[in-house]
Amino acid sequence: MAVAPSAGGVSTPHAVFDRWRRRFLAGVQDPQLRRSAFVMMAVAAGLLPLLGGAAHAALPKAVNDGADTLLMLIGSALVLLMTPGLAFFYFGFTRSKNVLGTMIMSFFLMGLIGVLWVVIGYSLAFDTGFKSPFIGGLGGMWMNGVGGTFGDPPLADGFNLSASSFALFQGMFAIITPALISGAIVERVSFKAWFWFCLIWSLLIYSPMAKMVWGGGFIGPFGSIGAIDFAGGTVVHIASGVAALVAAWIIGERTTWPDNRRPPHNVPFILLGAGLLWFGWFGFNGASMFAAKTAGFPFLTTTTSASAGLLVWCLIEWFKDGKPTAVGAATGAVAGLVGITPAAGFVYMPQSILIGALTAAACFIAVQIKAAIKFDDSLDTFMVHGVGGTIGALLTGILAAKTLVPADYFPLSAKILEEGGNAGLFFAQLKAVVFSYIFVGIGTAVILWFLKLFMPLRVSEADEDRGLDYVAHGEEAYDPMTN
Amino acid sequence: MKMITALVRPGKVDAVKTALVGLEIVGMTVADVRGFGRQKGQVERYRGNEFTVEFLTKSKIIVVVDDAKVEAAIAAISEAARTGEIGDGKIFVTPVETAVRIRTGERGASAL
Repeated sequence: MAVAPSAGGVSTPHAVFDRWRRRFLAGVQDPQLRRSAFVMMAVAAGLLPLLGGAAHAALPKAVNDGADTLLMLIGSALVLLMTPGLAFFYFGFTRSKNVLGTMIMSFFLMGLIGVLWVVIGYSLAFDTGFKSPFIGGLGGMWMNGVGGTFGDPPLADGFNLSASSFALFQGMFAIITPALISGAIVERVSFKAWFWFCLIWSLLIYSPMAKMVWGGGFIGPFGSIGAIDFAGGTVVHIASGVAALVAAWIIGERTTWPDNRRPPHNVPFILLGAGLLWFGWFGFNGASMFAAKTAGFPFLTTTTSASAGLLVWCLIEWFKDGKPTAVGAATGAVAGLVGITPAAGFVYMPQSILIGALTAAACFIAVQIKAAIKFDDSLDTFMVHGVGGTIGALLTGILAAKTLVPADYFPLSAKILEEGGNAGLFFAQLKAVVFSYIFVGIGTAVILWFLKLFMPLRVSEADEDRGLDYVAHGEEAYDPMTN
Repeated sequence: MKMITALVRPGKVDAVKTALVGLEIVGMTVADVRGFGRQKGQVERYRGNEFTVEFLTKSKIIVVVDDAKVEAAIAAISEAARTGEIGDGKIFVTPVETAVRIRTGERGASAL
């Protein structure tokens, strides 16, 4: 759009505004962005007055055990690091022309979801304004109220955290969950479609899932199903895994799949990424205990399960193919971590080893099946997170110890355990898993089909061939002529 | 003058260099290249899935020598690079019209 020549002498406020608007938009290259930029500016301006409300909420001197709150803050920092860790874990598997395209799909969400969570995501997950078992409310927008006493009864019972540390901690989960999905659709998805998908998915799928499982909603121990999920087996791993499966199906396979695929271009970075994930998972599971005095327990089950997963995956490869692999060690550890996530505070150490081992074995089989049916879940997101989360959730039902599921914190689940034993809890977990699959699966499909009406979901074949680093971002990860 | 282009295993570059320097052939160019011959590729496994990597890394050594030294150079390279297994590589010899040393402008064999 050409900048209109400034008509001499016209300086009504409207004309001045219009001139500035045109100058601003002249700098926007993408024609479709140019159309929507004004709308986005208007929406942002409309939301600004709400900031006034947030200022009032920044009060309270009450509450809080310092150690518990510190656990949450450390946990938040640990979980944040998992997202760039995941970016490393993922991009090692891609071609060298898609490195930045893959990394930024995760890294960018630290910006997008980081803002979205504060503005409204947290509110939709943990506010109780709508009085619905499926979605939170709008009362917590701009983190309104997180300064107050933590939560509302009955969730507040027994926890001594500051609400801000809780909201921050949960925000880190909201960031990494859509990032996990990217693994299934890298190397061909359009970044614009990814932007809108994450924005909508986070609000319509993630926040309701968090509400239903952790926010006193339908699935969790205060709701109707009574399933337990310690740190996100359903909310994070099943949700991202199922969404990844659906997204890979709707967006379609890479043009190079399956005949011209290439091996991972940088295995050392896969190991670095897996290491960072393991490190961050101490916060993910450990801090989900919400109590510093007892957090050593989930810290221990977490690392035990990861070790078992790593060991079992390598042993399977060793027996089957004759060689244990580095990629296998990284994948097995992540599988073990996924498996223990819903169970970390509910099982003892022997059970945590069993969970890590069984999850790694199940994920290994799932990856082989994926290869056999030639389905392009590119980096095995569903095969590791979806399958691992499912196995973990079900094993949590079978292996949870009664003494570790106290009735004050998990009333319905404790009742189910009391009356129906582990079999009863298993069926509750199964119901939660099936419900999550249906909700996330259909929801993700609807979002993608909706987006498809407005924009292509993937880049052209020529762009895919050139590589997303340059095509989508105008950069190269590795410049061969850097001297 | 002849140009000798030798495609050898990457691990044999140092041995070839030492052998050529022993013949007082000084100066060569080495490049990392990928290709396949009778060795075909190698099978790699990631997460239990097989990838056949057809193009293997080789080192391409380019050296230009005086006609009198060609046979000796070929023998030295062959001996240094040989393992006896498939995949030891190839040597090609092509004629060279002239050579110029950029710094001094010398031409012909004295520029080597």
